[in-house]
Amino acid sequence: MQLTLRVWRQPSPQVKGKMANYHLTDVSEDMSFLEMLDVLNEQLILDGEDPIAFDHDCREGICGSCGLMINGIAHGPEQTTTCQLHMRSFSDGDTIDIEPWRSGGFPVVKDLVVDRSAFDRIISAGGFISAPTGTAPDAHATPVPKVDADAAFDAATCIGCGACVAACPNGSAMLFTAAKVTHLGLLPQGQPERDSRVVKMVAQQDAEDFGGCTNIGECSAVCPKGISMETISRLNHDLLGALRANAVPAS
Amino acid sequence: MALELFLEGDPIADTKAPTDVPIGERWSERKFRGKLVNPANRRKMTIIVVGTGLAGGAAAATLAEAGYKVKSFWFQDSPRRAHSIAAQGGINAAKNYRNDGDSVHRLFYDTVKGGDFRSREDNVHRLAEISTQIIDQCVAQGVPFAREYGGLLDNRSFGGAQVSRTFYARGQTGQQLLIGAYQAFERQVAAGNIETHSRTEMLDLVVVDGKARGIVVRDLVTGEVTTHVADVVVLGTGGYSNVYYLSTNAKGSNTTAIWRAHKRGAYFANPCYTQIHPTCIPVSGDYQSKLTLMSESLRNDGRVWVPKERGDSRPPQDIPEDERDYYLERKYPAFGNLVPRDIASRQAKNVCDEGRGVGPGGLGVYLDFAEAIQRLGRKAVEAKYGNLFDMYARITGEDPYSAPMRIYPAVHYTMGGLWVDYDLQSTIPGLFVIGEANFSDHGANRLGASALMQGLSDGYFVLPNTITDYLSAGPFEKVPADHPAIVEAEAGVKAQVEKFLSINGTRTVASFHRELGRLVWDYCGMERTAEGLRKALDRIPELRKEFWTNVKVAGDAHTFNQNLEHAARVADFIELAELMCIDALHREESCGGHFRAESQTPEGEALRNDEEFAYVAAWGWTPEGEPPVLHREALEYEYVHLAQRSYK
Repeated sequence: MQLTLRVWRQPSPQVKGKMANYHLTDVSEDMSFLEMLDVLNEQLILDGEDPIAFDHDCREGICGSCGLMINGIAHGPEQTTTCQLHMRSFSDGDTIDIEPWRSGGFPVVKDLVVDRSAFDRIISAGGFISAPTGTAPDAHATPVPKVDADAAFDAATCIGCGACVAACPNGSAMLFTAAKVTHLGLLPQGQPERDSRVVKMVAQQDAEDFGGCTNIGECSAVCPKGISMETISRLNHDLLGALRANAVPAS
Repeated sequence: MALELFLEGDPIADTKAPTDVPIGERWSERKFRGKLVNPANRRKMTIIVVGTGLAGGAAAATLAEAGYKVKSFWFQDSPRRAHSIAAQGGINAAKNYRNDGDSVHRLFYDTVKGGDFRSREDNVHRLAEISTQIIDQCVAQGVPFAREYGGLLDNRSFGGAQVSRTFYARGQTGQQLLIGAYQAFERQVAAGNIETHSRTEMLDLVVVDGKARGIVVRDLVTGEVTTHVADVVVLGTGGYSNVYYLSTNAKGSNTTAIWRAHKRGAYFANPCYTQIHPTCIPVSGDYQSKLTLMSESLRNDGRVWVPKERGDSRPPQDIPEDERDYYLERKYPAFGNLVPRDIASRQAKNVCDEGRGVGPGGLGVYLDFAEAIQRLGRKAVEAKYGNLFDMYARITGEDPYSAPMRIYPAVHYTMGGLWVDYDLQSTIPGLFVIGEANFSDHGANRLGASALMQGLSDGYFVLPNTITDYLSAGPFEKVPADHPAIVEAEAGVKAQVEKFLSINGTRTVASFHRELGRLVWDYCGMERTAEGLRKALDRIPELRKEFWTNVKVAGDAHTFNQNLEHAARVADFIELAELMCIDALHREESCGGHFRAESQTPEGEALRNDEEFAYVAAWGWTPEGEPPVLHREALEYEYVHLAQRSYK
């Protein structure tokens, strides 16, 4: 198939970006979206132009590196990661708009690459269970009901790609934070730090340039792992409980 | 033969494992004999850890918890992205929760045998011992392993074992284990014990007075080249499967960190030991950028077959039962579809070579779930393998619930890596190597669900206990920023960057990488012959020369430039490929994943030659044009008797 691509080009954070047009022929429907960009980049390099920068690594939907706004939808028309999107989802003659994630919390590095280190800082604030190496009891010491383990797993599948933030009209990171609060809060091992965890993580999220959550649900609709909005309810529930219990973050 | 290929160097041996006590006591004895560092002194010492996968992430977190100052480096945008995250099936541990006869000794035995008797007994035994602690540690961190209704952990079986000892988290075990390590890591970042360097790539090792004292890195966003010094350097930078261009590894996975350490004096062991995973989605076109694995766990319920007749082009559903050849079940009745990976891969190649392969180009075999769906019901199959089936459907556009999957082997893991002793220290004092980046535990073939085990064993439990013996002599004298070793290494890195940008030839980096990959796959892949390897060894130096005179690298040195990153990695892959082929050519036997067509049993199985080749080949680097130097580490089998592997 033949395609027209309109791609966001921005050489560096300091320089204003703009959309640039490219035409691509001989695109196979079995190509992944990123392979299509690889082909374009090979042409650009041979033509002496700067190839388009985009983050990617595992290309099997699990590392969370890739993420593009495709025709205004985070990760494009299928509910999956950009690397798992294939060109059979498009038609001959299509014009496709490709942009980076856009949020105050994710400054552009170059072209389609953004800085998502705010996510690491949210985890660093409290998204863990304190269990230094060597301190663990036998794995069977504490049985975990299967329903809790399964629900914790569902939340734990978050890949940290940032599509939730990109899709949110407020640029909120609430689904990301809520997924971790839910994962750890459902497990018996996560109980001792449950109150302080939610308070600290939400505080860090607010300290980054993310917007507030108004329960719109775009986040969950584009999430490649289908993280549910229920996690946000759980976060709000835990946060309220923690604040009532005066679980103020230790500074 | 081979005189012109390599030079014979001095033999090499591990001196750290206390072989004067029985094997089951060696690890605790080593910990007792090794010197310690008291908590007040730990604060004075800096440890560089490169890589944030299971090995690097776990090591950085654990060393920081112990009180050392850790500096961590990774090339991706977050420490959570390392390729360990993509491991699907599970992690082995000798818990014997199934009461099916498992034990530390059995896991040890299975791993030595699975590695086709080319690994070091001491290391493997330690790995088996530590396996149980890993599961405890991960559960305490909140890793959501699969559980049964009673709330206890579930297990499944994997290739090369007759017990169920594999712990798993649906098809995303690597992800969950890595997130556990990442969270422990981030906790230490918050505590101020880990200094982080994101999007930063190690491009050289700084060696001062014979000791590893730092690394030269390039900031991938600004292009700035700087040096970081420390008391000790740890590499957890993964494997080199991407030398084949198409592999199941992430696109960024590379050999650069270990290759450059090799060029500074670290021996590279068994580079030709690569693992070809039998269950990957077949290639669909020239534009293909990577291959996708379908977890080995699928072989628990999927049945592998091809048509009995060659060239049978009927759709699989139309081929009656008695015209199908379930060749693994037929040839290996005891293990059936769960034979080790090297055997499953080679048998797939054999049936395709016979003209019985399926799908485009005849490069595929069926992995059929019809029987499992009938026996267990679609829902149960969905619960076990749903995410894998979805992934298959998305990539191929076919529905694996109604037609069998098509699979074909692909490069997946490299057992070779930098040589390390029992303490995981390389031949450069002060340089430790962990996880897939070292060569230590898997011999000539890695069993399924053992990579996660080794990564975490090295990172959480081995390295933090062995590194103290080295550090007890520290902190070492400060290395000034203008030290000649630093000046020279930085200048070398900068010169290479400039060189790439100045060639301005006519071929892209990717085109060289693809050509190299094809060459290595054809001649140093699933089956190797002296003739083919010699062809590759003729061609690789030509390709290297062409690369350095005709590559075209876009952009400049001072901005985010992914093309430049790729160029440096491919330059190193070309050099590594040559050493792999030399190693494969010199090893005139078949063992595990290294199958020399000249050395097979009448049934076509790998035929080892223990008389001549029961050793680790540790290669010393020499400059271009000079043959590398071979150092042999003799392998002795005290506890597992050398035998021809049999899975029949």
